[in-house]
Amino acid sequence: MTMKADTAYMLDVRNLRKYFPVYSKGVIRRQVDEIRAVDDISFRLKGGETLGIVGESGSGKTTASRAILRAIRPTGGEVWFESDRLGRVDLAQLPDKALKPLRQEMQMIFQDPFSSLNPRMTVGDIVGEPLQIHDLATGAKRRDMVAEMLEKVGLLARHMQRYPHAFSGGQRQRIGIARALIMRPKLIVADEAVSALDVSVQAQVINLLQDLQEEFKLTYLFVAHDLSVVRHICNRVAVMYLGKIVEFGSTEVIFNRPQHPYTKALLSAIPSPDPDEPLRPQMVGEIGDANRFAGHDMTPVFHED
Amino acid sequence: MARTSPPPPDNPSSKPHENVLEVEDLAVSFFSEEGEVRAVTGVTFAIKRGECLAIVGESGSGKSVSAYSILRLIQAPGRIMGGSIRLYPRTGGVVDVTALGEKDDRLYHVRGGLVSMIFQEPMTALSPVHTVGNQICEAILLHQNVTAKEAEELAAGMLAKVGIPNPRARLSQYPHEFSGGMRQRVVIAMALVCRPELLIADEPTTALDVTIQAQILTLIRDLQAEMGTSVLFITHDIGVVAQMADEVCVMYKGRIVERGGVRPVLKKPLHPYTRGLLGAIPGMASLGKRLPTIETVLAGRDISQPLPLRPTQDGRLVALSEEEILQMSV
Repeated sequence: MTMKADTAYMLDVRNLRKYFPVYSKGVIRRQVDEIRAVDDISFRLKGGETLGIVGESGSGKTTASRAILRAIRPTGGEVWFESDRLGRVDLAQLPDKALKPLRQEMQMIFQDPFSSLNPRMTVGDIVGEPLQIHDLATGAKRRDMVAEMLEKVGLLARHMQRYPHAFSGGQRQRIGIARALIMRPKLIVADEAVSALDVSVQAQVINLLQDLQEEFKLTYLFVAHDLSVVRHICNRVAVMYLGKIVEFGSTEVIFNRPQHPYTKALLSAIPSPDPDEPLRPQMVGEIGDANRFAGHDMTPVFHED
Repeated sequence: MARTSPPPPDNPSSKPHENVLEVEDLAVSFFSEEGEVRAVTGVTFAIKRGECLAIVGESGSGKSVSAYSILRLIQAPGRIMGGSIRLYPRTGGVVDVTALGEKDDRLYHVRGGLVSMIFQEPMTALSPVHTVGNQICEAILLHQNVTAKEAEELAAGMLAKVGIPNPRARLSQYPHEFSGGMRQRVVIAMALVCRPELLIADEPTTALDVTIQAQILTLIRDLQAEMGTSVLFITHDIGVVAQMADEVCVMYKGRIVERGGVRPVLKKPLHPYTRGLLGAIPGMASLGKRLPTIETVLAGRDISQPLPLRPTQDGRLVALSEEEILQMSV
């Protein structure tokens, strides 16, 4: 891929790497090895689009999304982000201090609505906390903003006084979404944001995420293992295997005309809800099993539009 | 399926009963300070020998409570309030699980012998401080009359059968030395090594990657065919139901709302809740559109009032009024 600066892209990730050191046992812990969780990935994403990152556990999809947001510091590579405040910046190189104002523009929605909300804080405090941290609003103004955001995500203003335990899983996920959106970010990383929800609640939250995307012109990085959800909400899909993007393209191409053997293996493993389409998994196996794709061409495939 | 009265006990000469399990009018409640919560009411189903029945429903629908009742695993403050659960082993007479005392030897024979269970999270089913071999052999020694050496043979054979390479060496390893998919294989080996009549699988693949899930599903299906085991599959994944089950029960708020063959129920769901549940799954039909939620499918219709199950022409049971069933079959 050519790597020319292009302002049409909100996110331009180049050769991103995140390695974790492995130390020896004993008193003197020497670094003996490294785990290449994210191993040289590059992709670009336009503003307002949704990119799905799919892959098995251990493929590096969560680590990649966290390294992009600088929740963790990448080992190397560039993450060019089109910021409203600072213009085009490389998130990978920015010092921690300079990142703080950018945090308003990028937020995260987490998988588990039970562990990601502080049980001792009221919903009003949870959703309003980012405003406090960034000194954006206090008192009645903050309350009004929280109330407005709660209503946007389908909750009620009077829920502010309650604690997370009084809410169901789907409602808690809405609280997490309200907290992420109250800063009016541009980029949202949703890490398995609907995986823990029942299918009927999941449908509501997916619809909500799509409505909010339209209203606030959001760009989503959607990390998920449920391929039918990814197919429904993503414009583009990055398939990750062992720290690398092995196939990247439009959702239509990835699902209808996959090229890479790993993408084919992944798609063949989805059980169809039609009993007359029997499950015929191909090339399935443990992640990293050297024999799994023996004889197949594993060169990454990037589909240009 | 007609309600059958239990045959006289100890009648080994006759051929085995067509059903391996019959659950009739099961009611389970949980008691709290706020009063009684009816987790399961009037649940009736049967599993034909060698077949797979799936129970689907969302969290709190009572699907797991129904399954746990079969092993009498409901603990205080929960209680089985009524109904009967009858097991029909190939040899020996019918076992009425609900009538057994807590200390009855036959209950121990049911648990892990006649019926075994695999759970969602394999790590909770395995002890972290015992080797895999120890844990499988424990189950064998408890239910079969063999020596420790023979038990080890059986365990290694079973590990090989579930697709674990180098089974003999793996026997002396601990669960943390196995990957998630391999752990679930160990749990399946442990569950099937005593050749149970019925395997209860409670969301066994929910925590696994889709590629590993495909392998585990194929494995359960192959072992089911080879060993003649009947399976009760608890899941919320319609794709898994479609691939695994012969029959399906759809549960909603502690009751069965639709029950029948997997093809008619999934291809032409009749009950509004079933239609909502199937519609809410992202699929080809909803591509590029808003997902229908259960609320939009119900369109204001109130399904909170329970109706009795009535038979339809295509042989399923559905909790609708007779007029509605007539309208739908036109």
